Amino acid sequence: MSLPLHFPLVLAAALFALGAYAVVARRNGVLVLMGVELMLNAVNLNLVSFWAYLRDSLLAGQVFALFVVAVAAAEVGVGLAIVILLFRTRETASFEEADLFRW
Amino acid sequence: MNPGEVFFFLFGAAVLVSAFFVVTATNVVRAALWLVGALLGVAALYLLLGAGFLGWVQVLVYVGAIVVLILFGLMVTRAPIGRQRLETGEWWLGAGVSLVLLLLLSFIAARAFPGARISLEGSALTGTGLGIFNPRYVLPFELVSLLLLAALVGAILLARREQ
Repeated sequence: MSLPLHFPLVLAAALFALGAYAVVARRNGVLVLMGVELMLNAVNLNLVSFWAYLRDSLLAGQVFALFVVAVAAAEVGVGLAIVILLFRTRETASFEEADLFRW
Repeated sequence: MNPGEVFFFLFGAAVLVSAFFVVTATNVVRAALWLVGALLGVAALYLLLGAGFLGWVQVLVYVGAIVVLILFGLMVTRAPIGRQRLETGEWWLGAGVSLVLLLLLSFIAARAFPGARISLEGSALTGTGLGIFNPRYVLPFELVSLLLLAALVGAILLARREQ
């Protein structure tokens, strides 16, 4: 039982592209964070595919993917705190109206 | 077509359909629920590729913790639940970036490894624990725990109400 290596790679590319669309096109901060999660999952899928291809004894791909999951948890925690702070100061969760630094 | 490829197409289609609805849903809570489907599909792909431990970590951390956190974020910010404009005026820019990324990355990925195949025999559920607690990974492991602590303190400090 085997799988061509480029199948999961193309799937990860599609997942990454969908996440990038959400990051650029969505207004709501929480929806932007969801797009970032999709992109991180695409990267993890790549890491795991290459681990499954190489089967190295250090399991580097899997361990890197675990670290990415931990960093993603930190990212979503801080990101949601920022969105909540934005909502408290500007009465909106839309990144379009977060323009304090724009001139 | 062997069973591995059949299951790959099954899970891959589930991931892509769910992810598509995550980025196009007009209701933010539905987008979060579609995100659960996409993350579960990715977890199933990890299991298929033999990364069993990572698959269950994905279910536990992503579906169990991050999605719940996102739903809390939606509740706290009183996100619009009804139908309304959720895209910026520059959504076509996002669609263009996304299309270029998709074509470029899939072209490179499809061309870079001609004939390379992943063997799906055997899972490494017991091996992963040994891999993570390999002495080689002690320093990054400790650094990640520090990063999580710093992020936790930072998030509390940011979201705290001023007295």
